Amino acid sequence: MSPLILILLLPFLSFVISGLWGRKYLKNLAGILSTTTVLASFVISVTTAYRYFFVDGKVAGKFVAQYPVDFKWLEFTPDLSIHLGILIDPISVMMLLVVTFISLMVHIYSLGYMKGEERYATYYSFLSLFTFSMLGLVVATNIFQTYIFWELVGVSSFLLIGFYYSKPSAVAASKKAFIVTRFADLGFLAGILILSYYSGSLEFKDIIARYTDSSSPHLQAAISSSFLGVSALSWGLVLVFIGGAGKSAMFPLHVWLPDAMEGPTPVSALIHAATMVVAGVYLVARLFPVYAISCPAALHVVAVVGVFSSAFAALIACTQTDIKRVLAYSTMSQIGFMMFALGVSGYGGEAGLGYMASMFHLFTHAIFKALLFLCAGTVIHFVHSNEIKDMGGLKKSLPITHIAFLLACLAISGIPPFSGFFSKEEILTAAYHHDKLIFWVAVVTAGLTSFYMFRLFFSIFYRGEENTHAQSHHGEGTSSMLAPQIILAFGSVLAGLIPFGKFVTSDGVGLEAHTDWNFSLLPIALSSTGILFAIYFFMKDNDKAEVLASKFGSVYISLKRKLYIDEIYEFVTKRIIFNLIAQPAAWFDKNIVDGFINTIGKATQVFSLTTSVWQSGKVQAYSAWLLAGTLVVLIMCLYYLQLL
Amino acid sequence: MNSIPLIHFLIVSTALFFIGVYGFFTRINMITMLMSIELILNSVNINFVAFNKYLHPESNDGLFFSLFIIAIAAAEAAVAIAIIINLYRTHSTIDVEDANEMKL
Amino acid sequence: MMDASVISFYVISAFLLTFGLMAVTAKKIFRSAIWLLFSLVGIASLYFWMDLQFLAAVQIIVYIGGIVVLIIFSIFLTQDSGSALPRAIKSRKIGAALLSVFGFGIIATLLARTAFVETTTPMDVEMKTIGFKMLSLGGDGYALPFELVSILLLAAMIGCIVIAVKNIPGKP
Repeated sequence: MSPLILILLLPFLSFVISGLWGRKYLKNLAGILSTTTVLASFVISVTTAYRYFFVDGKVAGKFVAQYPVDFKWLEFTPDLSIHLGILIDPISVMMLLVVTFISLMVHIYSLGYMKGEERYATYYSFLSLFTFSMLGLVVATNIFQTYIFWELVGVSSFLLIGFYYSKPSAVAASKKAFIVTRFADLGFLAGILILSYYSGSLEFKDIIARYTDSSSPHLQAAISSSFLGVSALSWGLVLVFIGGAGKSAMFPLHVWLPDAMEGPTPVSALIHAATMVVAGVYLVARLFPVYAISCPAALHVVAVVGVFSSAFAALIACTQTDIKRVLAYSTMSQIGFMMFALGVSGYGGEAGLGYMASMFHLFTHAIFKALLFLCAGTVIHFVHSNEIKDMGGLKKSLPITHIAFLLACLAISGIPPFSGFFSKEEILTAAYHHDKLIFWVAVVTAGLTSFYMFRLFFSIFYRGEENTHAQSHHGEGTSSMLAPQIILAFGSVLAGLIPFGKFVTSDGVGLEAHTDWNFSLLPIALSSTGILFAIYFFMKDNDKAEVLASKFGSVYISLKRKLYIDEIYEFVTKRIIFNLIAQPAAWFDKNIVDGFINTIGKATQVFSLTTSVWQSGKVQAYSAWLLAGTLVVLIMCLYYLQLL
Repeated sequence: MNSIPLIHFLIVSTALFFIGVYGFFTRINMITMLMSIELILNSVNINFVAFNKYLHPESNDGLFFSLFIIAIAAAEAAVAIAIIINLYRTHSTIDVEDANEMKL
Repeated sequence: MMDASVISFYVISAFLLTFGLMAVTAKKIFRSAIWLLFSLVGIASLYFWMDLQFLAAVQIIVYIGGIVVLIIFSIFLTQDSGSALPRAIKSRKIGAALLSVFGFGIIATLLARTAFVETTTPMDVEMKTIGFKMLSLGGDGYALPFELVSILLLAAMIGCIVIAVKNIPGKP
């Protein structure tokens, strides 16, 4: 058994121990325990990554997949079985690093942030559960294992969003997240069934091999059978993408993500910024050869949904006043970037730039977005509020957070030489070569990104005076809260310098990244303009922003109301589904089904009440009935024998 | 002595039996219930003896059955009275209707 | 033809049935026991009437001398013998009476319709015969039931002691 299995087992162990005995026996030790296990997982991941990328990953100049663990779990027929295993290839190794690293940072941060919490051990056990399931998801060797861990990730997300279960809004948010992603997972499951039905296998390697070989009978079958004029393969891939879109908060399944910010802030950093929400991107990337080679139409859907979500979320982010919601929409926008980067990519060589850029952006985004959330956590910890209007002028009180937040904002805005610049730059290049429309929307969105991020930055740290009433007395927080921010800040600055194309590409062959400064000029200029606008509107205490907002009037309000998507969902679910389907169904259930059962129950009750009188416990009554019965039987016998 | 037909004996014993049955059903006190049972047993004895005497006088089986029934009735009465005494000790009553702990 | 033995049979029968009925209907328990005693005496007389002296003697010794005395003792131990007995509700009395009369009717009808083949051969009821049969092992012998009854009586005796013995607190 490969030691790699420990990466998964350690967090699971921690989940079981802190979950079962944490609250009673471990108490504060639960945090240390979980953090240690995640640290161990991280160390193993780093060694794995080193060995894979630098020692034994390459075969003939190409990174190939390895299967250190492959265990046959359920065998249906000799041809069809479900395995559980560990798949090591460039993207899974990259994800292992990201997940264990961000998880470690969040674990450390939570040591300070969640201190004094009553359900401290429960919190850590949930975090460990999440880490375990996310790691299981990224190393899955087959699509069914992916699905299992996919759902586990959803469950732990649900548990952590609803962690403050005494708050009604948190309960509502956790339910919403669960139901929306479950709904999307229905599509995923259907997609799995279609893909595996036509390919005859659940293994990723078989699915990819059988669908990308144009002469294979599986591919022919999947293409030739169609439903509503669309081939089965396209249906399968689009349905799988719907599952991914649900987890990755793509339009129109994004509604749960902003509400998910009800969870503790470190959880938002881990789950709803860096790791779980990119699972959809990862899923598409995992099946990428099938999308790219056999079904460009499905890939085009990915691109369109991605770029639309990106722009859509960026617009809304400009108007939100809850800092975590701004970050949530920003996350959605950045995931949109990753999605359409995949969508515009081809397979192999230079054409595969988009794929590499998407993974690169996933990597850098995880770092700087986690940092942004952790900084936001510190700010919220300090002022005890999520609203921008309660903040302002915090630069002096929170110097380290201030610097870290600034670095992260620069990174997300794509200002060189910060990490976001390199990844975003490559995404834009890929888009430019593929589709000009997508490129222009993306560039404008990038400009908007820097605008809303710096709006947030200035509103928190500069504008106005520090509100001395609201602030608490514990300053910037413990060292366990500051250390992850500092580490992540370094990461945000430096991660872009990694020659990512050498390691992660669509076909495993290295790709030389080349920065074309002439091309980069436009995005940088737009981003800088966004920053300047933010400085103009939000650096000093003035009413320019309000004036601008009132000029736009209805547009501003509708953006602020998140373009009424929630209201539309409300309308559809409450008015249409609830009134027209659920209520009649409930009526039927209550009156017909329950009525039938209740009638049976009542009849039985009446019958038994009647007969229970006979069971009085009175010996004399019993013997009287016995005698009477005997006499009756006697009479019947006599009558039968014709003696009477 | 055979001037009395067998049927008269049987009628007497049946009547005595149902008198005992009536007592058993209507009495509440356990001792009086026990008395009713004694009447029932005696009616059976009369039957045995009468059948023996009128139908199979060559053997003595009915007589012996009666003898054994009397012996067993003695044992039964002794046990019943022991139970009654014990019940009286714990419940201060020997009415069957009051001995209802095992009833809901 | 009404000779003395026939008349005496009917007198005895009426006597034992009347006292039996009084025994089950008496309002006071002590009287009930006394009426029972009379009824049992009537049965013993019936045995005498049938020339079964041994059985009649056993009836008097065991029933009248043993069981009725035992009952009277237990009445003294547990009852205020002069007070009226608790009485069953009327509907139950009527029900029991109806059931009894009905059952009697059926059995009597059945008996009336049955043709018994009666013989006039006298029965051998010598004490000697009874004694031999009681203790002989052969086909006509009752040695085995006799021994079994002795065991039963022993078991009943032990059982009575176990059941009726007083539970002293503190001792198992």
